[in-house]
Amino acid sequence: MSVLQGAWLAGILALPNDSKKKTLVVALVLSLVCSMLVSVSAVVLRPLQIANATIDRQRNILAAADLLDENTDIADAFSRIEAHVVDLESGEITDDVDPASFDQRRAARDPAMSTALSREQDMAGVGRRARYATVYLVKDGDAVERIILPIHGYGLWSTLYGFIALEPDLNTVVGLKYYEHTETAGLGAEVDNPAWLSQWRGRRVFDASGAPVLRVVKGTSTATGDAALYEVDGLAGATLTSDGVTNMLHFWLGEQGFGPFLENMRKRIGSS
Amino acid sequence: MNSTEKKILLDPLIDDNPITLQILGVCSALAVTTSLGPALLMCAAVTAVLILSNAAVSLIRHHVPSSIRIIVMMVIIASLVIIVDQVLKAFAFELSKRLTVFVGLIITNCIVLGRTEAFAMKNGVGLSILDGLGNALGYSLVLIIVAVCRELIGSGTLLGYEILPLVTAGGWYVPNGLMLLAPSAFFIIGFMIWGIRTWKTAQVEKPEYQIHEVHRTEVM
Repeated sequence: MSVLQGAWLAGILALPNDSKKKTLVVALVLSLVCSMLVSVSAVVLRPLQIANATIDRQRNILAAADLLDENTDIADAFSRIEAHVVDLESGEITDDVDPASFDQRRAARDPAMSTALSREQDMAGVGRRARYATVYLVKDGDAVERIILPIHGYGLWSTLYGFIALEPDLNTVVGLKYYEHTETAGLGAEVDNPAWLSQWRGRRVFDASGAPVLRVVKGTSTATGDAALYEVDGLAGATLTSDGVTNMLHFWLGEQGFGPFLENMRKRIGSS
Repeated sequence: MNSTEKKILLDPLIDDNPITLQILGVCSALAVTTSLGPALLMCAAVTAVLILSNAAVSLIRHHVPSSIRIIVMMVIIASLVIIVDQVLKAFAFELSKRLTVFVGLIITNCIVLGRTEAFAMKNGVGLSILDGLGNALGYSLVLIIVAVCRELIGSGTLLGYEILPLVTAGGWYVPNGLMLLAPSAFFIIGFMIWGIRTWKTAQVEKPEYQIHEVHRTEVM
């Protein structure tokens, strides 16, 4: 048998290169070998990639909540954080969706799981908004210490994905952190600059009427007194990215975003 | 190492550099050179793809039907690039995030297809590997020079470490934002080509046409 196969292979290889039979066999064998190599690498490396992506996400959540320093063990620190899926329409935490498997980005593309936004509503340039979103609560016993909300929106070139963390008063910012974007390096990509990010700490989101007014200004903020709590210095040379950050904050912390959820949380924290 | 091997390995560094002489693979030289870290990773990725694709094509070169020659090479290159991308995502996650789509775009990097077609189809495996390595080094050399210029002048850092203290951080250096935009890579590569061709005049191309001198009598 193997002799026959060997002879058949030798016969094929001995054919002139441009014969139809050899062309077909070469194309077929090459495609098979290449697709096998690609599949094997994808399958073998997948667990490592998923682990990387999870750790990266957790690291960014911790960074937003200001729970990350150089020696932090990410899995350990993350064990204090509870993930919950929120129904953005009602603003209630729901058990219908499992936070471990819920993928907000995929849901936003699924018409059954999301709603299209009108032009006026869609200030963050997200197109469709998923009905559910995963929020993270940092807890100390029963008391909520911090609330971490996922946000995303369009900057200059790309959608920026990140997290914003709030104090239990649901107004004071703990921190902001983006984990994915492709803004211009050195200009828009300065949204990752720790010096710029540190300005967010202690800023306030909502004014007396409850509307989200925290914004990134153009240039350096000149506001004084209480007004300064609502302004963050702009990124030099990155006006569109800065505006994108402002827009996504207003969207996600407003009525279309986590507004109803924050309202419910406020009542619950107030009553307990 | 005999003189032919040496020539194959070292010529692409300056005398036959894929970017500055052959003007191939410029797109990635623009896209990934805003800072040195991603540029180095890109160099490693292109080196791996060039060597492996040259070796693979050279191995099967006697059995490649000429009618599907380019497709055969592209399939090999594309598969290698996907594998490299998967490996980066598994082992260099942070940096690969900064390279985004540009790893995938190695498939369209003309240097890779250019070397398999021009060299690996006609030469043995050993020489093809040397040729791949040589061209990868030539590509990397240009990328590293461009990235060092851009990161140092544009951000005042190298590999993220502060070299020139920025004004915004209390230092004296005002960064040049132009260096972070794609056109600056064109300028730097242009200056490099100018410099190399002034030094190695053999690289200067003959003009493709001569500007015709207009004599007064003809105009009349």
